[in-house]
Amino acid sequence: MNKRNKKLALLITLPLMFTSWAAAQSQAEKDIDKYREMIADGNPADLWDAKGEALWKKKAGPKNASLEQCDLGLGPGVVKGAYVSLPRYFADANKVMDLEVRLSYCMKTLQGIDVKDQNYNKDDHKNIIALATYVAAASQGMPVNVPQSHPEEKRMYETGKIAFFYRAGPYDFSCATCHNADDKRIRLQGLPNLTKNEPAGRAFTSWPAYRVSNAQLWPMQKRIDDCLRLQRFPAPKFGSEATIALSVYMGVNGKGVKSLAPAIKR
Amino acid sequence: MADPMRIRAQASGDKATVRVLMSHEMESGQRKDASGKLVPAWFIQEVTAKLNGKDVFSAEWGPAVSKNPFLQFAVKGAKAGDKIAVTWKDNKGESRTDEATVS
Repeated sequence: MNKRNKKLALLITLPLMFTSWAAAQSQAEKDIDKYREMIADGNPADLWDAKGEALWKKKAGPKNASLEQCDLGLGPGVVKGAYVSLPRYFADANKVMDLEVRLSYCMKTLQGIDVKDQNYNKDDHKNIIALATYVAAASQGMPVNVPQSHPEEKRMYETGKIAFFYRAGPYDFSCATCHNADDKRIRLQGLPNLTKNEPAGRAFTSWPAYRVSNAQLWPMQKRIDDCLRLQRFPAPKFGSEATIALSVYMGVNGKGVKSLAPAIKR
Repeated sequence: MADPMRIRAQASGDKATVRVLMSHEMESGQRKDASGKLVPAWFIQEVTAKLNGKDVFSAEWGPAVSKNPFLQFAVKGAKAGDKIAVTWKDNKGESRTDEATVS
């Protein structure tokens, strides 16, 4: 099936798999789920996963070091399980960091690489995308377990809750405007209720994902950035507190849900 | 050197299903970039596969094939432990070969 037919097929389909359904699944929805299973086989995200693994192990930067000593929260070099327990507080940086911010931090401290332009997909940022996919893939199927033991982690959750319900911008949108009710959709795109456990967990672990419509790999920072763009908010800075807080809010809400990343999206 | 392919081959009965995910931009030559210039054609033209060194598959592709192509085919007479090697060649003359073992 070429790209155009795939796009058409996806356009005439119903909302995404992580929408919660009040009624029983219709035959159309069952067929769509079968189609999604088919396209998940050979998910191009695997290519970024492979690239990320190579970057993790490759010596680079002025310090000529690999990232194999990077502590993603479970100890230096521990990759499996790290993705489902991020964002978390890091004592060495004295702040709560998500996966991409932490990878950027490790690239700086271990390799001496300063990811200056953190705009999506520019130069060194391409490496962060690949590394994030690799780390996320290592936790596939594991339950979400974003920690809430440090006071900063708790503060981030509360900040995320405030941000989630905060109405602003020319349309007076908040995240809650679209993501605070069940069975809602915008045009043909389902809107997960991010205040509930199952949809929040699935949404939280759906990114990084490969987006078929633009052939791009979107990690969580990019996803949140795009949500804010749709709300007509000013663009957030990479790793800004607001984006981390929203990530923590979704992650904590989604506790226990089995990780899907890396996923494939329309 | 181009990015590696992901090859998975699984035997069932007397044949094996081979799934390949290739990393390639696959520009058709019709697309225009942000400044309005035509992006030059750059796509895989030939794909071949060998089972334990013997040719078992070949394909001629054109600009209609999408970016990061996914290919799946079955090979008769393949069993666990056999080696599958997949090679692609593009219109710029670049090529890439990767190998996998049938599981």
